[in-house]
Amino acid sequence: MIYLQLFLSYLKIGFFGFGGGYAMISLIYNEVVVQNGWLTAAELADVAAISQMTPGPIAINCATYVGFEVTGNVWGSLLATIAVCLPSLSLMMLATHFYLRLRGNKHFEGTIAGMMPMMIGLILSSALMLFGVETFIDWKSWVIFLGCFVASVRKVNPIVLILLSAVVGIIIYI
Amino acid sequence: MVSLGHIFWSFLKIGAFTFGGGYAMIPLIEAEMISRRGWLSREEFYGQLAIAQSIPGPIALNTAVFVGYKTRGVKGAFAALVGVVIPSFVIILLIASFFAEFKDNSVVAAAFKGMRPAVVALIAAPLINMAKGMSWWKIALALAAATAIWLAGVSPVWFIAVGAVVGLAWSFRSEGATVGGAEESSRKPDDGKEVER
Repeated sequence: MIYLQLFLSYLKIGFFGFGGGYAMISLIYNEVVVQNGWLTAAELADVAAISQMTPGPIAINCATYVGFEVTGNVWGSLLATIAVCLPSLSLMMLATHFYLRLRGNKHFEGTIAGMMPMMIGLILSSALMLFGVETFIDWKSWVIFLGCFVASVRKVNPIVLILLSAVVGIIIYI
Repeated sequence: MVSLGHIFWSFLKIGAFTFGGGYAMIPLIEAEMISRRGWLSREEFYGQLAIAQSIPGPIALNTAVFVGYKTRGVKGAFAALVGVVIPSFVIILLIASFFAEFKDNSVVAAAFKGMRPAVVALIAAPLINMAKGMSWWKIALALAAATAIWLAGVSPVWFIAVGAVVGLAWSFRSEGATVGGAEESSRKPDDGKEVER
């Protein structure tokens, strides 16, 4: 039963996908390529590339894509996407519930304060991982990067910056 | 009371413009939920991020569930989740059907060449605000963690867990607890200014 298999695999990816984003790729690889053979490694790399170019979390993009590839219809996509969302939904509601109640508690605040530098480190590492040759192809990329960095620190709306950089890309790279 | 429609619409917008993973969502949330609508405070959001990172699942989904649940309970969590998922679901479904044409389109390729460095900048920029008011050793710790995750490929879960345990242990020292507290209060004036801007 391919639908059940798909559902269980993506439920597993959702449940064990700590760290989000790129940290989840190895997990997805194991389920989708090694365990079930739904995609080849090269196809998964394509999915990762599409995920970079399209909005939304990579886990969702991958679930939607693989669900469609495996079953050939929208229902497969929908099922895989729902499966990957369920752990987030249930666990995060539980966590939020406690977070809102425990706020102000000395030990809880201490725990969060201890996690803060790590959180900053995690975000920084994900920015560093993107500093690849594919992202920065020439000096113009760096100009776009610096411009957006300064504008974003000064609270320019990020949606405006993304749209603007897309237009700039079309003008200078086409 | 915040309406479910508002939550849904806000997250639909965020879902449609979150390129480059969950962290790219941070500036969007700051602009939409903190500065514009005032649904949550900056401290609340950063505290939530630490939790979203220690719970499995995509950061973007976890954050959507948090904001939705905080503003409108279970219904809000659903509204936010569905909103943030719909754009990627629809777009990927279209791409899965027309992948070849999409990938080779030169206009699309050029647009993405422009957007990629912008996305890196959008992920890096909020770090400046987060690090404001932090002691130098905490910033050094953050840099060390980033380097280990980036270069050595250490799982981020370990750093989060160690941070949580050390923070908890520190809070049991009676004087030690004020270290975190003093830092919180020193950060607040900054945040006030930013909201007004």
